[in-house]
Amino acid sequence: MRKSFGDKIIDGIIVFFMAIIVIIMVYPLWNTLITSFNEARDSMKGSLYLWPRKWTLFNYQSVFKTDKIFKAFIVSVARTLITTIVGVFISGLFAYVLSRKEFIFRKFLTTFMIMTMYINAGLIPQYFLYRNLGLINNFWVYVLPGLVGAFNVVVIRTYINSLPASLVESAKIDGASELKIYFNIIFPLCMPVLATVALWVAVGSWNSWFDSFIFAPKQELSTLQYEMMKILSSSMQSGVKQPDYLAESHTSRSTVTPNSLRAAMTMVATVPILVVYPFLQKYFVTVNIGSVKE
Amino acid sequence: MFNKSAKGNFLDEVRKQKALILISVPYFVYFLIFSYLPLWGLTMAFQNYKPQLSFFEQEWIGFTHFRNLFTDPDFYRVMRNTLGMSIINLVLSFVTAIAFALFLNELTGPFFKFKRVVQTISYMPHFLSWIIVCGLVSNALSMDGGIINELLLATGLVKNKIHFLGEASYFWWIVGFTNVWKSMGWNSIIYLAAITSIDPALYEAAAIDGYGRFGRMWHITLPGIKSTIIILLILNAGWILNAGFEVQYILGSNGLVLDVSETIDIFVLKRGFGRSGGFAFGTAAGMFKTVVSVIVLTLCNKIADWVGEEKLI
Repeated sequence: MRKSFGDKIIDGIIVFFMAIIVIIMVYPLWNTLITSFNEARDSMKGSLYLWPRKWTLFNYQSVFKTDKIFKAFIVSVARTLITTIVGVFISGLFAYVLSRKEFIFRKFLTTFMIMTMYINAGLIPQYFLYRNLGLINNFWVYVLPGLVGAFNVVVIRTYINSLPASLVESAKIDGASELKIYFNIIFPLCMPVLATVALWVAVGSWNSWFDSFIFAPKQELSTLQYEMMKILSSSMQSGVKQPDYLAESHTSRSTVTPNSLRAAMTMVATVPILVVYPFLQKYFVTVNIGSVKE
Repeated sequence: MFNKSAKGNFLDEVRKQKALILISVPYFVYFLIFSYLPLWGLTMAFQNYKPQLSFFEQEWIGFTHFRNLFTDPDFYRVMRNTLGMSIINLVLSFVTAIAFALFLNELTGPFFKFKRVVQTISYMPHFLSWIIVCGLVSNALSMDGGIINELLLATGLVKNKIHFLGEASYFWWIVGFTNVWKSMGWNSIIYLAAITSIDPALYEAAAIDGYGRFGRMWHITLPGIKSTIIILLILNAGWILNAGFEVQYILGSNGLVLDVSETIDIFVLKRGFGRSGGFAFGTAAGMFKTVVSVIVLTLCNKIADWVGEEKLI
């Protein structure tokens, strides 16, 4: 179909609006990026729009040289890696078990698991449970509660169901054990869905701050997000005490402000996500639809 | 599932499926502990709970906490906020995601690459944490060099800077648009996918019938994804009491707009942990939320199922 003149105008209007949307999506992060590379005292003068005025790496140095922030960064990395690797692997295993049509407890276990998506005892009973399990102020409170998510298992199972059943059957005839079938046959074939689930789990774990706030408030277990939360709320709220490293940093030669430090931390927290995400983008659509159909 | 004829058959099956059963046990225990065991804690809602006493020594007080909850003016305030923000979020996120998908779909031919770029960028905010997003929003809306105020001043739309986050009447909308910023692209994925399943012949027929671009969008594309829209709308309506927690907690943390910012989740948190002896009351409030949510969700899922089947017939 050849485009008429009117069509071209409509195209132009749509492109124009899309460009505005892109700017609205990108600009806040861009502004944070240039703030993170701009000298903190200079940033306070304002009017920093498109490019840093006084380049510096000091904000990033502060992030990695401030002991508390650096430790929080390590905790964030550790919790994310452990939760993702272990979580995806064992969610996949359970999904495989639930995909086996002849399994006698399949229906019961599926219902038992799906119910957990809807029932929720609420924050306080949850807190008491973690306390009784010794998880309060314990690193594992970051890992255990989110290790096997019902939704993720359902998504992986749907994917496994779409694979030819003969794969498993012929392996069984060859005498392979269940674990072997999962490791050698199902797991490699499920890479697209596992990659997507891994991204969800990783992003969820990396971005979480509430569990630090409620279940693991002690400083040694603080995460990058939680440190950002502390800085953000101290700059928004007059009564809240700033984290002490902000006060300390003023005594040094160069200075760092809550805003600049937070800008650098925001970039540190964002870059890993931006790096992995284009590789996984192609899987979003298939998995998204699969999960809705379920 | 179970063979009527013989117990022996069942045991045979168990023996044959020993591996599957053994693998399942840890998962069963895991869900039992982390999802079902906390339900026991709901008994607190009916007790005059004292942490130093054991379960058998607690005093049972029936529905007192619930009576207190329903006579608490704060409860009605947070319910109003929860429902208000939920409805704004629901409507805004649907309208924007659908419109975005419709217009994105119009970018064809030479604009294909551009469309890809827009899509990729629009999904991105979905992966940022609420802390980061709220930080960006509070920077943008800041009185102190925030880009929105600068733009409004520069274009002469306002004479004085607006204290966006200090003004109660803006708060729900700020939360709504923050949600739009974060999830519009992500939410549009499903509509874009639904659009691809529309028969292209329909467009050609409509073009021959003299429909223009907007006419085709309105009469072909939109009806083509109507069932997807309806089902998603019903399913999402089920989460009406989940107006969110993090945005309101962070953006409302300056304390100026608490009246309109606190949702039921914040109420549970503040009452449960904020006051001594608040555990039981907080549990009761949380339980109210869960019970209502489960009812609404079940209802919505049933309706969605029913609508879905209707569509197939």
